[in-house]
Amino acid sequence: MSLVINGNAVAGPSDPRVSLLDHLRETLHLTGTKKGCNQGACGACTVLVDGERILSCLALAVQYDGRRITTIEGLDAVGDLHPLQAAFIEYDALQCGYCTPGQICSAIGMVAEAQRGVPSHVSTDLAAGVTLTRAEIQERMSGNLCRCGAHNGIIDAIRATMAAEIMA
Amino acid sequence: MSIVDTAKQAAQGLVQGAMTKLVPLAPDSWIPGGRPDPLIDRKHGLIGTPLSRRDGAVKVKGEARFAAEFRHEGMVYAALAHAAIPRGRITEIDSAAAEAAPGVVLVMTHRNAPRMNKPGVFGSSPTAVGSADLSILQDDRVHWNGQPIACVLAETQEQADHAASLLHFSYAAEPSTTSLDEAKANGIEQGVFMGQPLLNRIGDAEAALAAAPHVVDRRYRTPRHNHNAIEPHAATILWVDGELVIHDASQMVTAQAQTIGAVFDLEPGQVTLTSPYVGGGFGCKGLWDHQIIGAAAAKLAGRPVRMTLSREGVYRVVGGRTLTEQRVAIGASADGAFDTIIHSGLSIMTPHNNMPEPFILGTRPAYACPNITLQVEVARMNMLANTFMRAPGEAVGTFALESAIDELAVDLGLDPVALRIRNEPDKDPTSGLPFSSRHIVDAWRSGAERFGWAARGAPGERRDGEWQVGMGCATGTYPYYRMPGAQARITLIREGKAVRAKIEVAAAEMGMGTATTTAIVGAERLALSMDRIEVGYGDASIPGAIMAGGSQQTAAIGAAIIAAHNALVAELLKLAGNDSPLAGLSADDVGSEDGGLAKLDDPDRRESYASILARAQRDSITVTEAASPPLEQLHWSMHSHSAIFCEVRVNAVTGETRVSRILGSFDCGRILNPKTARSQFRGGIIMGLGLALMEETQFDERNGRVMNPSLAEYHIPVHLDVPEIDVIWTDNPDPHTPMGAHGIGEIGITGVAAAVANAIYNATGKRIRDLPITLDKLL
Repeated sequence: MSLVINGNAVAGPSDPRVSLLDHLRETLHLTGTKKGCNQGACGACTVLVDGERILSCLALAVQYDGRRITTIEGLDAVGDLHPLQAAFIEYDALQCGYCTPGQICSAIGMVAEAQRGVPSHVSTDLAAGVTLTRAEIQERMSGNLCRCGAHNGIIDAIRATMAAEIMA
Repeated sequence: MSIVDTAKQAAQGLVQGAMTKLVPLAPDSWIPGGRPDPLIDRKHGLIGTPLSRRDGAVKVKGEARFAAEFRHEGMVYAALAHAAIPRGRITEIDSAAAEAAPGVVLVMTHRNAPRMNKPGVFGSSPTAVGSADLSILQDDRVHWNGQPIACVLAETQEQADHAASLLHFSYAAEPSTTSLDEAKANGIEQGVFMGQPLLNRIGDAEAALAAAPHVVDRRYRTPRHNHNAIEPHAATILWVDGELVIHDASQMVTAQAQTIGAVFDLEPGQVTLTSPYVGGGFGCKGLWDHQIIGAAAAKLAGRPVRMTLSREGVYRVVGGRTLTEQRVAIGASADGAFDTIIHSGLSIMTPHNNMPEPFILGTRPAYACPNITLQVEVARMNMLANTFMRAPGEAVGTFALESAIDELAVDLGLDPVALRIRNEPDKDPTSGLPFSSRHIVDAWRSGAERFGWAARGAPGERRDGEWQVGMGCATGTYPYYRMPGAQARITLIREGKAVRAKIEVAAAEMGMGTATTTAIVGAERLALSMDRIEVGYGDASIPGAIMAGGSQQTAAIGAAIIAAHNALVAELLKLAGNDSPLAGLSADDVGSEDGGLAKLDDPDRRESYASILARAQRDSITVTEAASPPLEQLHWSMHSHSAIFCEVRVNAVTGETRVSRILGSFDCGRILNPKTARSQFRGGIIMGLGLALMEETQFDERNGRVMNPSLAEYHIPVHLDVPEIDVIWTDNPDPHTPMGAHGIGEIGITGVAAAVANAIYNATGKRIRDLPITLDKLL
């Protein structure tokens, strides 16, 4: 089997117990994806699979044969940084930086979900398409915990950068 | 013994009665900060300019390497097994299946662990930072439910985790104390914090209470908390030729290296401890059992070890904030003047540590009052050692005090802001010392104006559909601390006609923005641009010891840079010699200006650093100097302050509380970097929202086990819980601190729980005195 990680085909693990997160971090040495709880509660391990956000700690690497996986190391950069990465610096959307890669990958996946019209708990009209109000972004990013308290900056950075056409 | 030597001892926690009497009486000019730092008057420099954090790019790219992300050839992975009883002995260990499991390299228990000294418990010496006065994996004793009792090393984490699950232990349980009632029945002691009893008595507070025309006398409770930094504790550990190398996550690199070194009989130079990035700390990123077990296992196996605690492991191995039961009684006259304040109560610690949650600290300087009794007592329980967590004392103490003041305001029919201003002291009411800088009334007035406090209604008056709406406020407070031991090493490196500088401090960067503010302060002090300043930190090989604790790091670094800069100026003048325009001048005559030295009152007499170094045929110059002893804390009463305003919406049907608005109005000296400072304030406030509404480490009183050891079951604020947080500050420099600044890492959390509770009262008419204010308490 092989996985396509940031455009490169790489071998899967020999041990089927290995999570996608541990495969990234310990075998491939892509440590930008973080382990915060290893049980799907904190979002620090969020990566994109074929453009959708998943929690890589709850995913077995062997399940992702042939899938395209994008980690923080593989985002499309404009120059050195993806625009959202630049906005995270500009809006001080981080302190310790440990939840940060997960927040950024999650936000990119979240905007794609909104563009597909997927409603959230705070959506008032399930059929009307999604307008990413501040509350919508907050709700949709609530699976990514931050303990330093960079929440305001994170939402500001997302609003300033991502998918302006579906922002309120 | 000179006054300075005496003072150094005093500052190192051995505060003698004579010293505490002497320093307050000394002339200001003898005291550090007696003459204002010249940087306070420099209004157009980098200080106060919002700058992005220096480590932003490596963090957003995922390139910042944390403790569990270092690799070494032949490295193995560790997994821990934890005791399942609160107290007793291990009678049998069945490790055969674990040892036979695939990939296992070592199963280490007390039976085969190397002999190690007991780590020095915090406070037992200036550098000891052990979490408890207990040896680690040296005998069959169990001291708490969850104590690590075995370590498995294997080729992969999966193999280590599986093998650890195959270990079986038999125990002989012994009597234990795991309930609060039992702990109290066993006996209550006076709490002692940093060598000082947590006790103040001024006048006769109880008699005054009995005589007071208006009285509130209430009990408040706060539960255990865990820090829950998103990075779990981890260390990558190896031995190289008998010396120990630890890539750690640490708030106190130097002291931690020294304490671990003593466990293994190593000299200070034989432990290399680095901690370039720390994924959140809040008090928890210190020395716990896992680093010592990891180092022992690495020694026994002869292999480098990756020791990462699971999230559950963090709850079992790393202590949190302990519970408190507090009484606040205030007696006042009809005009609101306080006659008496009693703030007393109990916190819980273990038989093996000394950390009473010092919830009276914020009350000491708070309000003018002729009769004051403040006391923290402790009882002991068999549990994991509790520890410092963000604003230890003030975070939960302000909940009780500032709730009680709100209750008194209701009783008196006075506005709670006016009531606080009514009782503003002109000097510290418990120490009698003058305040170094206190502009809390300004903070209250500007905050009330900006928040729209005047629109607050009577309790239960405002309603929006099924939502009850209310406003509350509270004072926050945290001391200015500066601990002894800080040093700075400054190196100027000549590059053609310019220089660059390296400033090294043994400090920790957990996201506070320390690396950035150190560069700002260094650039201003040296009169170089920011891009010519490199900052080194997070490495125990750097001289001096600086702890990221007590919100003191900025002041400690600032004072060390002042000292090192003075030494640098003196050294450069020596190098400049007789051919320099500066010839004949003494260090007091010159200062740094525009990339060089200049005579203070005649700036045309100047020479650049590069020119001085070039003429002396030097490529670089390095100076290392220690900060002045922090006597200012004994000479003035030094505190930061805040006024917190909060608006909540409480659902009348479900009891759910949503915080719709919150404002922090801060008086914290001069703000060095508004961008990172705002983040610090907001971060503290958000942790305060958790404290108010959802956070609790649930402790099973039957067996002493933490019942919610996960981020799924211990609730912290998430994005949807966090409104846009408004932050303003007075920006008044404290004339007696380096740069006029105060540390700001902890003040943010203080006052928040009371502001929320008071807003909930205003919304619903219900007074909740038991945190967290979950919806069941409002139904």
